[in-house]
Amino acid sequence: MSSLTMRPCGDFRTSYKQDNTIFETTTIKNVAIFAIALLCAAPYLVDAYYLTLFIQISYLGIAALGLNILVGYTGQISLGHGAFFGFGAFASAWLNISFGIPVLLCIPLAGFLTMAVGMMFGLPASRIKGLYLAIATLAAQFILEDFFARADWFSGGSAGSSADPISIFGFVFNSDESFFYIALAALVIMYIWGCNLMRSRDGRAFVAVRDHYLSAEIMGIKLNKYRLLSFGISSFYAGIGGALYAHYLGYVSAEGFTLFMSIQFLAMIIIGGLGSIKGTLMGVVFMVFLPEVLESGVGLMKMTDWGNIPMVVDGLAYIKEMAIGLVIILFLIFEPQGMAHRWAQIKNYWKFYPFSY
Amino acid sequence: MNFELLIQLIVNGLIVGLLYGVVGMCFVLVYKSTQIVNFAQGEFLLVGAWVCWAVLIYLELPFVVGFLLTMAFMAIFGVLLQMIVLRPMIGEPIISVIMITIGLSIFFQALMKWIFGVSAQSYPQVFTTNSIQIFGLNIEAAYLMSTVIALIIMVAFYLFFKHSKYGLAMRATAFDQQIAQSLGISVKQVFAMSWGIAATVSATAGIVIGMVNGVSNSLSLIGIKVFPAVILGGLDSIIGAIVGGLIIGVLENVAEFFDSQYLHVGNMYDIAPFYVLLVILWFKPYGLFGTKDIERI
Repeated sequence: MSSLTMRPCGDFRTSYKQDNTIFETTTIKNVAIFAIALLCAAPYLVDAYYLTLFIQISYLGIAALGLNILVGYTGQISLGHGAFFGFGAFASAWLNISFGIPVLLCIPLAGFLTMAVGMMFGLPASRIKGLYLAIATLAAQFILEDFFARADWFSGGSAGSSADPISIFGFVFNSDESFFYIALAALVIMYIWGCNLMRSRDGRAFVAVRDHYLSAEIMGIKLNKYRLLSFGISSFYAGIGGALYAHYLGYVSAEGFTLFMSIQFLAMIIIGGLGSIKGTLMGVVFMVFLPEVLESGVGLMKMTDWGNIPMVVDGLAYIKEMAIGLVIILFLIFEPQGMAHRWAQIKNYWKFYPFSY
Repeated sequence: MNFELLIQLIVNGLIVGLLYGVVGMCFVLVYKSTQIVNFAQGEFLLVGAWVCWAVLIYLELPFVVGFLLTMAFMAIFGVLLQMIVLRPMIGEPIISVIMITIGLSIFFQALMKWIFGVSAQSYPQVFTTNSIQIFGLNIEAAYLMSTVIALIIMVAFYLFFKHSKYGLAMRATAFDQQIAQSLGISVKQVFAMSWGIAATVSATAGIVIGMVNGVSNSLSLIGIKVFPAVILGGLDSIIGAIVGGLIIGVLENVAEFFDSQYLHVGNMYDIAPFYVLLVILWFKPYGLFGTKDIERI
């Protein structure tokens, strides 16, 4: 689903159905199915290292899609997504340990629990917007972070809590190879759901609220309801992503879910493209590979004579952080619509090759 | 109830609150004149404090010279930041503007960690005595200096905006950019100037806090703590920023006091302002002195 501005000249649609498809052409559909089939074979083809990267992409991607629904489609700002992600992780582990609920059921339950918490913090969102909302969610981030460190009954306090691996009918998904399939399935389900949500009445209402909320209200869209709903859905996605993260690592500690993580989520959707589902995934892939590329770049430099600068080699962790900040700034200045927009432009150039403009 | 401790904490809170007020004032200044919410405010404190530290330690200059050098550096730094990074963002949606300042904040935080390391460093001794007794209360000399500096900055702000040509130009721009432009005010200059002033003044606050607590990355947290203060006072009110800063400064100390004496929850010092923030946003989103947003189609 591309928005109107991204469409090239000469690409007209004649029916509502055409405008509303998930896959614009059959080729795209076939490529998508083929890609998923190919990914199913990935554990037998590629290194375990790439599998861990993919799993990372999948749980971060699910959470980032939630944020894009909130920020990109509904136009609300959230700086507390990292904390909601963490809440999902703790909630799933807590449900599993305290109540003995099977892990597979814990994950959606954790999603709903996070949704409830997200809506609680989103309540002011029905009254405030823009900057004020950004600051309210910032408060949510710090309050939740503090809660994780303190609530021993819920998160295990500073010691953290352990999470069991997922098991279905006695088969335990505790290796990278097996968890890969869970991650892939979750990613595909959540992305298809996200696509469909945006094709539905609610999705269109979100976009209307973003584009001009006063007009939307005049047209009969309940602002409070949709802002709150958007918060809920976004937190639900964050919760699911967090729960997957918890059961993949097997251990959740209170320290990981900082403001920096929330900012990383925001960076992903800005780099990928606000208001684009395809873009979300591109942004996540970019952000997951960025530190890896930097690391191997510095590794290569270390091997040469002139490149072995101790300052660079030792400061790699800081260089990675700086790169994230720099990438956000550069994308916002030079490509504010993100990679999805660039991709659409490249595609259009070749589609109408000699006559494109 | 330990009254002496409570009073000591309240006085400390007022002094720290005055510094929050100064930083909040810079925040409001930038917001009013350029409509940019500066999430990188804390990094101004951080960069300023580190630069001053480096100048004092490596060049071994006297404090006043080093301080003035830092001020000059920060003014140029703020103006350049506005010209290179923020100027292309004029007219972009609010989320982009917020994100770009967040990007700046991450970048400079990491850069400072990279250059100066993560451990806290202390300034060379500036005052001969560490603390002074006033009415039986123990007040650190650096805190006393910070109060004086904060008051000087506030008076200077008042005079600048009331009487100077540039201050009036900035107020005109804050009131209406187009009208200001049509009267021959260079809006570009005003934008750059407000960033320069914000960077310089915040750096002063950073140096003062650094002298008391040592310079470390936690200085950038002040930039976040300013949000409750500014929201409480109203985002576009300079007086509101000062009042909000004082209230938040006292509040976190009082919360800490009641927590340590009765509640034993822990970490109230850092978290209490954010609870207050949520409550304010719930009941009075435009703060005590802020202008209400009235929208027309």
